[in-house]
Amino acid sequence: MKLMNFHQIKEILKNKIIGIAGCGGLGSNCAVALARVGIGKIIIADFDTIEESNLNRQYYFFDQIGKKKVQCLKENIHMINPNVKVEAHNIMLDSNNIVDIYRNCDVIVEAFDKAKMKQMIIEIVSEELQETPLVVGLGMAGWGNNNTLHSKQLDNLFICGDEVREVSEELPPLAPRVGIVANMQANIVLEILLK
Amino acid sequence: MNITLNNRPENFKVDNLTISELLAIKNFTFRMLVIKVNGKLVKKKEYANAKVLDGDVVQILHMISGG
Repeated sequence: MKLMNFHQIKEILKNKIIGIAGCGGLGSNCAVALARVGIGKIIIADFDTIEESNLNRQYYFFDQIGKKKVQCLKENIHMINPNVKVEAHNIMLDSNNIVDIYRNCDVIVEAFDKAKMKQMIIEIVSEELQETPLVVGLGMAGWGNNNTLHSKQLDNLFICGDEVREVSEELPPLAPRVGIVANMQANIVLEILLK
Repeated sequence: MNITLNNRPENFKVDNLTISELLAIKNFTFRMLVIKVNGKLVKKKEYANAKVLDGDVVQILHMISGG
């Protein structure tokens, strides 16, 4: 690892574009971490509105309930770091629009909740954007078990999570583990960009 | 044949297997998988025909909901 001070790090990051697919627990927390360290541009996309049940893990505030996630995440990012350019798409991502929206990104972060969507973006990026690293969150439900969380690399595909625990009624996604995995994803983005 | 499956060496008493056969032998029953053979993605509709050969590196990921 090259050693750099924060000024040198910011000089590199200010020219980088990161795509985040989904603005829930993974996406909102990962975006905020990357905004804090000074990524130049973040492209976010989600179709959803904020519900009270989201606040147990997602980077939104009580008075934002009922509003669009992409708009609120943009506002929250700019309250932390107004220098980050945020391109916000209020859209349901699918296999047709992902390539157009994230084509120019240096790294793409997968931040969906459903397994089927995770599979879809891995397939699309592997086929249409082979050169772009994709960082996926896989397994983060429940609480405790810090030591089962890990990351691994398969070529241009990076995996973060425990790869085991699926969300269910008795195993909800909660701020600590979702936040850890979101920040692991942000950490891998930095590792790729600062190499 | 000898292959590497999820970073572990595996030996099979046949010359090749399709992905579907490999999944059955190794008891992968998860519905949602991402499979890479030598770094190349194999889509679900190709599982029945795509061959795994001696020396191949196979990665099978379970897709897990949550985020």
